[in-house]
Amino acid sequence: MMASGSPDILIVEDEPAILTSLEFILQHAGWKTHSVTDGEAAIKSVQAGQPKIVVLDLMLPRRNGFEVLKVIRRQPATKELPVLILTAKGQQQDKQTARELGASDFITKPYANTDVVEAVANLIGQPPKAVPAP
Amino acid sequence: MISGTLVFGTSIAYVILLFILAYISDKNARLGKGKLLRSPLVFTLALSVYCTSWTFYGAVGSAARNGLEFFAIYLGPTLVFIGWWFGLRKLIRIGHKQRITSIADFVSSRFGKSERLAILITIMAVVGITPYIALQLKAISTSLRVILTDSPNAALPQTGDEVGLAFGVAAAMALFSVMFGTRNINANEQHHGVVAAIAFEAIIKFIALIAVGLFVVFGLGGGFEATYARAEDVGVALDASSNFGPRWITITILSAAAIICLPRQFQITVVENANENHLRTASWAFPLYLFGISIFTMPIAIMGLSLLPAGADPDMFVLTLPLAYDQQALALFAFIGGFSSATSMIIIASIALSIMISNHIVVPLALRSPKLFGLKQGQGMTRLLLTSRRVSISAVLFLGFIYFWLTSGSGALAPIGLISFAGVAQFLPAILAALYWRDATVSGALAGLLVGFIFWAYTSFLPSFGTASPFITDLLLYGPWQMEFLRPQVLFGLENMDPLVHSVFWSLLANSLALIVVSFLTQNNTVGQLQAAQFVDVFKQTENSQYSFTRSSAPLNDLLNMTQRVLGTEHAGRLFATYSNSDRIEQNKDASPHFIANLEKELAGSIGAASAHVLLGQVVSGDTVTLEEVMQMADETQQILEYSQRLEQTATELQSTTRQLQAANNQLRQLDQQKDEFLSQVSHEVRTPMTAIRSFSEILLTNKDLDSQQKQSFINTIHEESMRLTSLLDEILDLNALERGEQLWTNEPIDPNKAIARSIQVCTPITEQHQVEVRLGEHIRHVQVEANFDRICQVFINLISNAAKYNNAAKPFVEITSEITKMSDKPDQLTIRFTDNGPGISSAHSNTIFDKFWRGARNPDTAQSGSGLGLAISREILSQMNGSLELDVPKGGKAGMGACFAVRLPVHM
Repeated sequence: MMASGSPDILIVEDEPAILTSLEFILQHAGWKTHSVTDGEAAIKSVQAGQPKIVVLDLMLPRRNGFEVLKVIRRQPATKELPVLILTAKGQQQDKQTARELGASDFITKPYANTDVVEAVANLIGQPPKAVPAP
Repeated sequence: MISGTLVFGTSIAYVILLFILAYISDKNARLGKGKLLRSPLVFTLALSVYCTSWTFYGAVGSAARNGLEFFAIYLGPTLVFIGWWFGLRKLIRIGHKQRITSIADFVSSRFGKSERLAILITIMAVVGITPYIALQLKAISTSLRVILTDSPNAALPQTGDEVGLAFGVAAAMALFSVMFGTRNINANEQHHGVVAAIAFEAIIKFIALIAVGLFVVFGLGGGFEATYARAEDVGVALDASSNFGPRWITITILSAAAIICLPRQFQITVVENANENHLRTASWAFPLYLFGISIFTMPIAIMGLSLLPAGADPDMFVLTLPLAYDQQALALFAFIGGFSSATSMIIIASIALSIMISNHIVVPLALRSPKLFGLKQGQGMTRLLLTSRRVSISAVLFLGFIYFWLTSGSGALAPIGLISFAGVAQFLPAILAALYWRDATVSGALAGLLVGFIFWAYTSFLPSFGTASPFITDLLLYGPWQMEFLRPQVLFGLENMDPLVHSVFWSLLANSLALIVVSFLTQNNTVGQLQAAQFVDVFKQTENSQYSFTRSSAPLNDLLNMTQRVLGTEHAGRLFATYSNSDRIEQNKDASPHFIANLEKELAGSIGAASAHVLLGQVVSGDTVTLEEVMQMADETQQILEYSQRLEQTATELQSTTRQLQAANNQLRQLDQQKDEFLSQVSHEVRTPMTAIRSFSEILLTNKDLDSQQKQSFINTIHEESMRLTSLLDEILDLNALERGEQLWTNEPIDPNKAIARSIQVCTPITEQHQVEVRLGEHIRHVQVEANFDRICQVFINLISNAAKYNNAAKPFVEITSEITKMSDKPDQLTIRFTDNGPGISSAHSNTIFDKFWRGARNPDTAQSGSGLGLAISREILSQMNGSLELDVPKGGKAGMGACFAVRLPVHM
């Protein structure tokens, strides 16, 4: 909610360059973002900030993406929260696990910026302000 | 003068006592009780059946006449038991294995189970032992007369009464032996009761003789010294020169042979033996017994000669000395002792001879013409065996009596015994050949025994009748048909020789020569060869290594019928039940060769090996195989063995190959999995910078309105990530080359301190960026290591930058130290440590940090990141320098506080 200053999107990513790029494209699409770089921080932020969506990397320090996803799905308050998984691990096995754990969508790195924006818009039911040209 | 009633009453009471003892012993043995019965002690005492009335009475006579000669009679057995116990053990082992029933059975079994040999030995034994039996009869009847008439002049020519008395004694002894020796229903069992009685008699005669000895030496002679002092006065020579000569040696040899060859000794030593280990005890205890029983012989002889009137019979000194001094109780005891000596010999000898006669003469005859012996179908031979044994015992004693009657003029006891000794000594060459000479043949044994027997009979046995027949007296003086070189006691002109030495010399020489020569000229048949091996190599065989090289087969039914004929229905049924594991015998089923071999052994235990062999031959078809066939069978067996060994070997090889393949397969699978993981990790590592590059280039492409500062920053990121990608690919290729073991450089002596300085310099941008202080701590100054300068710098740079990158301490530092470690088996090592005060590495990760793509928690403040291959590469580099890279505990610090990496390198000597 804008009033309380809560972000639209929680970005969880430990690679600084990728984090910078994600922040840029999502903010550019008109959403507010909040970023954390490890699993622990992600769990805290989900509970505290009540984002509309979590963009979640899998390879994370402290607690990995799957663990974070599990915690989110276990909590009643965040049970329905959309979670978009972004990962450099392109294996089928990981997709399967993500789906089973209740991931809303799954995008493999390296991604096209437009794919990420579209996926987020779909999941939160809110079109981007300016759709970047391909 | 002791009353006849008392003497006979005591004798009869003594006999009854023996009966009771035998009865109880038999009963205990049947019940499995009576441990004492099967003890080495009883075995040893039973062996002393060797000491007959010849020992009891005759040794004293011998001592009185011939000085120390009597001692040789004890020396021979002593030498055998102490010096040849292993030979006796071999005899016993064979006896047990082959179920030997007598000495005739032993020799015949060894030489192809020859019937002729068994018969010859039986006849020889009967003839040879007859004088010995006569000796006992003479001793008992003479001692009876002495104790009844109290006359010291017992040696005076006998009257007809003496012959009558001897006949009475013989008849009583026959009855006695029959009652003792043939009470058992099963003819082939051991005679526990008899053995117990014999052992008891051994004690009685021992004590009796010692009692007389003590009385004579200490009661009459005033001690040993005083007794021996009279020796010269009475004409007994105690010095060596007059005692030890050819005759003494001959008697020693004869007595040594006798302890092995006498049928009664063989009976006790081998047939009645319960356990071959008893020999251990007997080998010292029996000589001790002999020593004890001979210790008073000479003193009694001396005192008898000294105190009794001239002409007193020295053979009766043991009795006449106590009688002369009115020691009637002692005299009676001595009489019982003498009686014991005689009866024990007669009982065992007659049992042994009767077994031989019935097994080797009666049974073969009965098998050939059953009707003659009243044998009916299905009726066992047990009754026939017992009857024939009883008749044999009586016959043996009757023969003894005849001999006594015919030779009654020839006085002393000892010479009669020696004739017997010389007779049975003829068995010795055959027995020794049986035990040790595999190539000795049945013809050789027959020839040796026959020739020896003839020589003995002509030179020793025949002359003993000298006084009874004028024809023999003539023969002795002039030779047959006046041919002087054939005179029995001066054969082939061998003059001036003691008759005994002369006889033993010729008979044993001829015997041995015949055995050896004929054995070389002839060959054993198959059975003979197999038996030879069974005997000579008895200790090499395992418990049940029994040949069944009979190709033979026979219907079980026929075998059962035959066995019933010999052993009776009950015993036979038991045997067949044991062997076939079934109560019902199928009519036409054939018995296995193994079963037949076992049956033969069982029968041999009852009727002797030769008879059993003949008996089976009647039923079993196919006979025995020829030697060639046996060899062929053995060859085939050998081939099968070899073939199966080869198969086994192949199987083993296959198994080992399979194991190797499995291991290789597992390894491959592991490698494949590692490769998959590696690819997945590489892909992840590549995707990360690729993501940034792609994302920022898209941003730059789509957002033309970016301010220049932002644009510059994004382009910088793209560049950095491209560099990172390049170095990642370089490192992957590098690691791959290292892991493949490619020789990328050559090691050479370098100065490690220079490399450290260079690395610190290269790392300056990073360390300054992280404000990490690099300290050079205590280190070895002048040293060279075997390494490559650039590559070792790569390792050091990796370690320093890691220490800087991950260090989040307030005042971060990294310290570099070095020291030398002495090595015993290889060059000394230089250890260089890189210690930091960062977060350290938890023990859980101490092994995984060297894995590819492992990374510690990055300092969030920095964008610096490695490929995760640095430590893996460093480790590979060091291993190619014969060094190592390990996570170490910092010196003086504690684990968990900061990280400490130790680089070890071989020092250049």
